[in-house]
Amino acid sequence: MSKLLNVALPKGRLGEKVYSLFEQAGFPCPSIKENNRKLIFENPEAGVRYFWVKPSDVAIYVERGAADIGVAGKDILLEYAPQVYELLDLGLGKCRMAVAAPKAFRDNPARTLRVATKFSRIASTYYAGLGRDIDIIHLNGSIEIAPILGLSDVIVDIVETGTTLKENDLEVKETIVPISARLIANKTAFQFKNESIEKIRQQMAALMKQEAEA
Amino acid sequence: MNTQPKDQQVLSALRQVYSQYGYQPYKMSKFEEYDLYVQNKDFLISDSVITFTDTNGKLMALKPDVTLSIIKNSKEQPGCVQKVYYTENVYRVSAAAHQYKEILQAGLECMGDIDEVQLHEVLVLAAASLDSIHSDWVLDVSHLGVPEALLAGLSPAVSADLLACLGEKNPHELRRRCEAAGVATETADKLCLLISTYGHPDKVLPLLKEALADTAAVEAIRQLETLLTPFAGTAVADRLRVDFSVVSDSRYYNGLVFKGFVNGVPDSVLSGGQYDKLMRRMGRSRGAVGFAVYLDELERLEQADPGYDVDTLLLYQPGCDLAGLKKAADALRQEGTVSVQQQVPAELRCRRMLRYINGEVTPCE
Repeated sequence: MSKLLNVALPKGRLGEKVYSLFEQAGFPCPSIKENNRKLIFENPEAGVRYFWVKPSDVAIYVERGAADIGVAGKDILLEYAPQVYELLDLGLGKCRMAVAAPKAFRDNPARTLRVATKFSRIASTYYAGLGRDIDIIHLNGSIEIAPILGLSDVIVDIVETGTTLKENDLEVKETIVPISARLIANKTAFQFKNESIEKIRQQMAALMKQEAEA
Repeated sequence: MNTQPKDQQVLSALRQVYSQYGYQPYKMSKFEEYDLYVQNKDFLISDSVITFTDTNGKLMALKPDVTLSIIKNSKEQPGCVQKVYYTENVYRVSAAAHQYKEILQAGLECMGDIDEVQLHEVLVLAAASLDSIHSDWVLDVSHLGVPEALLAGLSPAVSADLLACLGEKNPHELRRRCEAAGVATETADKLCLLISTYGHPDKVLPLLKEALADTAAVEAIRQLETLLTPFAGTAVADRLRVDFSVVSDSRYYNGLVFKGFVNGVPDSVLSGGQYDKLMRRMGRSRGAVGFAVYLDELERLEQADPGYDVDTLLLYQPGCDLAGLKKAADALRQEGTVSVQQQVPAELRCRRMLRYINGEVTPCE
């Protein structure tokens, strides 16, 4: 196992905010701010190596040990149930997993509910908890148009501001679970790089507390 | 040069260690009646089982697990323990690959009147197993009696939810769920303490003894201390961690539970514990403790590439003296591995290349 702490960061706006937290926690890597197409950056002095990956892949990198720690959305953790430790709720990228449908929709319990979603496991678990018979329609994008075109009755998707729903004449019917970014760790890395991982967790928790109190 | 795959090297070492402690080899068939697994599906790592109908109409399964078969065939003798070890292939869905895999597994089971002597010995063997795999390892030890004492009185569903949070080292979710289920803040605080007190027994156990002094968890902490104290001053002591994220299924396990990690393999390579509850479910009155070592991931451990596949490539010409060639090759085999070939194979890397010609072995240009 490499002596550097390998950190998988989610590409995009959230990733930049997350990196800033790592930097403030004492794990800077100035080269990451250079404007180029590189995906891997390391700072041997701080003992850290960062890499940008697709947000939905962060948990895979961490579970398989290519990254020691990473930051992934709770939606991904619930959907793929990776075998990782979930050490801290970073409170970033807050949104919610919700059931949405056309405003006029009324559920008829006598019929199987058709649910379009990218998050099949989350939707199945939610409706199994309600004892509701459903037909999952797995889609990879543009979920909002499924009820408009009659493909499904409802959708289960991430809702941030609700603007996309509104523009497509949909509304939130139920909130399933709040979502935010979580600091996750590989189980083996936690044993062998415990000091660095604990330091990051504690520093980040302290930063969040400071921010909440400010 | 040791060309044996890592899992085979480890297997030989494990057999030797287990035999030294009086464990007897246990050999079994690849098949088992499917019924055995239906009764105990949750005990299996993956509940997907490969089944087929035998010629007599019975539904059979390719073994996804070894422990259930060993318990089924165990004999109870009051005051004694039966000690067996196994090295078997099992067939189950790999959590990482999401498809069926043949997985080489080794392990041991100690069944009968289990006491602290037997529990400690199994921990010693777990530590020795990890040491056989890699020089850099950690054994996480826990006792289900500690979280169970704190969760007493809660519904099974809430307890299962909170144990899952403990398993994820997830204090934020644990607090949310405690709040949603109306669990007392004091209980939530104590459960969060279990998440944060990971580390060496000398550091963790005194802290927990004090913090949980007024709970029923004290007895379980005392037993952990009894089991871990004899390691003091040994090389094993530094590699032990008390870690309450080891939360094996409490419907089967009770008391001591543990998981082993080696540096370089992303998930635990060893898992075990005391499973008296499983014994009861299978109609046995005595207790049991054991563990499994998962050998399928060991190929990930770095083995330095020596830069060649064989020590010597010995080339010969068609029609050469066969007896002489054999004698020359056998002599070279005293020094290492030898591949005898007419031509140089494209993919074969050798440390040195020799030629057998006119009864003589000479270096190739």
